[in-house]
Amino acid sequence: METQLETFETNLGSVRTAVTRTSPAAFQETLADVIDESAIGAPLPFEDVTLEGTDVVLEPTPDQLREAACGVTAAALGVADYGTVVLESTPDGAELAGLFPDRHVIVVRERDLVDDMAAVFERLGERFRDGNGDAVLATGPSATADMGELVYGVHGPRETHAVVVEDAEE
Amino acid sequence: MSSERSRKAERIRHVMETEGDSVERNARGFNEGRYESVARLEDYDAYKDRARAIKEDAIERLPELIEQVREAVEANGGTVYVAEDAADANRYVRELARERDAETVVKSKSMTTEEIDLNEHLEDEDCEVWETDLGEFVLQVADEAPSHLVAPAIHQSREEIAALFNEYFEPEAELETAEELTAFAREYLGERIEDADIGVTGANFVTADTGTMALVTSEGNARKTVAVPDTHVAVAGVEKIVPTFEDLQPFVELIARSGTGQDITSYVSLFSPPVSTPPVDFDGDEPIADEPNDREFHLVLLDNGRMDMREDDQLRETLYCIRCSACANSCANFQSVGGHVFGGETYSGGIATGWEAGVHGQESADEFNDLCTGCSRCVNQCPVKIDIPWINTVVRDRRNRGAEDGQFDFLVEGLTPDEEPAGLDLQKRFFGNFSTLAKLGSATAPASNWIADTLPSRALMERLIGVDRRRDLPEFERETFVEWFRTRDVPRPVDADYHAVVYPDLYTNYIRTDRGKAAVRTLEALGVAVEVPDVASSGRAPLSQGMIATAEDHARDVAADLEPYLEAGYDVVAIEPSDLAMFRGEYERLLDAERYEALAERSYEVFEYVYGLLENGADPAPLGRADDAGSVGSDIAYHSHCQQRTLELETYTTNVLERLGYDVLTSDVECCGMAGSFGYKSEYYELSVDVGERLEEQFEASDAADRTVVASGTSCLEQLDGLLARRPRHPISLVAPDSSG
Repeated sequence: METQLETFETNLGSVRTAVTRTSPAAFQETLADVIDESAIGAPLPFEDVTLEGTDVVLEPTPDQLREAACGVTAAALGVADYGTVVLESTPDGAELAGLFPDRHVIVVRERDLVDDMAAVFERLGERFRDGNGDAVLATGPSATADMGELVYGVHGPRETHAVVVEDAEE
Repeated sequence: MSSERSRKAERIRHVMETEGDSVERNARGFNEGRYESVARLEDYDAYKDRARAIKEDAIERLPELIEQVREAVEANGGTVYVAEDAADANRYVRELARERDAETVVKSKSMTTEEIDLNEHLEDEDCEVWETDLGEFVLQVADEAPSHLVAPAIHQSREEIAALFNEYFEPEAELETAEELTAFAREYLGERIEDADIGVTGANFVTADTGTMALVTSEGNARKTVAVPDTHVAVAGVEKIVPTFEDLQPFVELIARSGTGQDITSYVSLFSPPVSTPPVDFDGDEPIADEPNDREFHLVLLDNGRMDMREDDQLRETLYCIRCSACANSCANFQSVGGHVFGGETYSGGIATGWEAGVHGQESADEFNDLCTGCSRCVNQCPVKIDIPWINTVVRDRRNRGAEDGQFDFLVEGLTPDEEPAGLDLQKRFFGNFSTLAKLGSATAPASNWIADTLPSRALMERLIGVDRRRDLPEFERETFVEWFRTRDVPRPVDADYHAVVYPDLYTNYIRTDRGKAAVRTLEALGVAVEVPDVASSGRAPLSQGMIATAEDHARDVAADLEPYLEAGYDVVAIEPSDLAMFRGEYERLLDAERYEALAERSYEVFEYVYGLLENGADPAPLGRADDAGSVGSDIAYHSHCQQRTLELETYTTNVLERLGYDVLTSDVECCGMAGSFGYKSEYYELSVDVGERLEEQFEASDAADRTVVASGTSCLEQLDGLLARRPRHPISLVAPDSSG
């Protein structure tokens, strides 16, 4: 029997998203291996992992946004059955950092995995009803077939890479 | 009339030549993807039911939901404007642009803004408008209209796009590959997005409880269009509203699968604007996060005929449409011509008739409405279960009624039933009254066949009613199937367990009597007591021409003719799948519920019935088997029939044939299409041949070339007969007891 995490990883693979597993303790080291120069990002809304102290620029200027090779943002949820990540917009520009650079590194915690879309809409429904809510269900890199063949990286990232932070051992 | 027909034929030929290959390749790719992706989805049917129920409920409660959307969006800090029509919507957006001195507007793909020609109105306001969806961008540069709901430039090949870009933009290095073209467009449009003052999007769905727009995309342009400029305008038809946020889920599961055959698109954006992302001023150098959030959001909900459609019992279902394009992709005719022929001012494909009739007026469906032959292949593909062929039939009927009195009335005296307007197009009248013709043709056969086939008659028929002279005419039999049955001398089975009426459809009764005789012999060999009474024709022919009142008359006659048999415990066995589809499908709309149910529940397709008999213990020994099939051989290439496939009946024929030792290879093209009355019409003859060629290709391939070709439908048989050197046969002729070749 495949675990939820394994299903998620398999499906990420089938939507052209690379996966690296890590622990909270090894997170920054793992991230350093995954990101390209120059990287921008938005603060992670997690307690045990942070982008503070990494090479990731957290309050980019428009120029830095335009020039960045890599963007690092958090996913609120990971959807095992689809290999989808739920990206929330934030006032510090998570949406922009995950959209403009060629490569998008998505930090998703194992504890935030859900099985399917039904679970996603259940979780987000309350959040959206509470006030403004923005979320992108992102599955793989941006793509188009409008130019006669499938091409990745149209207006959004060409490559997507998920860093999965495993739950700490009990 | 004849010059109009030849102009239409010329236009169809031209589009088939220039756009047909691209459309066919892409639409068939989407189809294959859809079949695979849908097969992977557990509970596909349950999702369709849920999606349908949500839409029914939403359209029912639409006025209330519009107010709820207004409250939700205003609570979020946005504005809602309900625009009565295109002019109203355009005026509102223009004023916004004027107030903001907007110089550049970027748009993400939206058919609704195509519907109102928003770009032109913004350009009149001196705005530069850029389509950021790559397909739309190609069309903007080429100055063309979309030819597909989802993939607007589906008709353009990479080579054509490269030539277009190289000529228009004169890049330093010639663009060639898809990668190069995409990179160029990304760069070019990226600059426009950076400069943009306003971003315009559509919305695939709008939720009433949270004021959320759902945008289903893959490129990322919609996200940038929303995120970068500080003003976002979403233009959406009022029908896009669903009651709750959770209602989005079934649509998210269904929309991409139904459209392009992906499980999900790269992005499903759920925005409750104004969004939290800070707008980006690319001219500034301060960190973006420090920008004050001064976003503005306007939702323009467009009526433009939709609230009237909601009141229209026949057009209402159109509003359930989620614009996924499955109906277009699964349509054999669309695969040949694409949306520039099979479409109106804005919308294309099967559902386009409903949209065009609703938002632009019925006459805007005139050009292409006939391209729906009612084959029903799209019906099972629609994720919200819209009866698209019925909408097409209704609009055809309404157009017929609006037609002016024809100038050749005197020629077709007696061919217009009282229920139909005298102005009905002559060609439609001819094909719609095929039952009258068949009776006459059979009574005077073989003379009628000789006369009909002479050159002067063919020329006259072509000129007046548009029967293409390249198409072989059906040959009427002098002795009808019913007469044969009445006069034959065969002992009736005593104490039969099953009693069945073999329905003498028009073709079986007058033209292909052999298959009727074979069906009778087969059933009798399996112990069924058979009757072949004189029963009215089903009404399929008039219905196809949009003559609903006449079809209704036929339906009532059929029900009355069969009633005593049904009461006496007979089943009804139909040989012609399109007639069975009438009994089980359209009759629900043409008869009262009791009569419909009585007939629908007891009607079977002939192989479905044979299969049932065998399953219930009938002895197949007397039936014809592969090893005694003589010249037929045991290897079969079988083409089911579109309506038979929609009703999921194909398997009965293949199963019975296989039980009797045949090796069966089946075709999987959408359908041979456009045959029947359609392939006879001079304006559509070439399209009919083009559609048929896909089947020809499959049956000429090495694994099928030596097989006996077998088809269930009359129109399929006629079409295959014209396309293949081998003479196709009806499957019942292979299993009937004395079939020896």
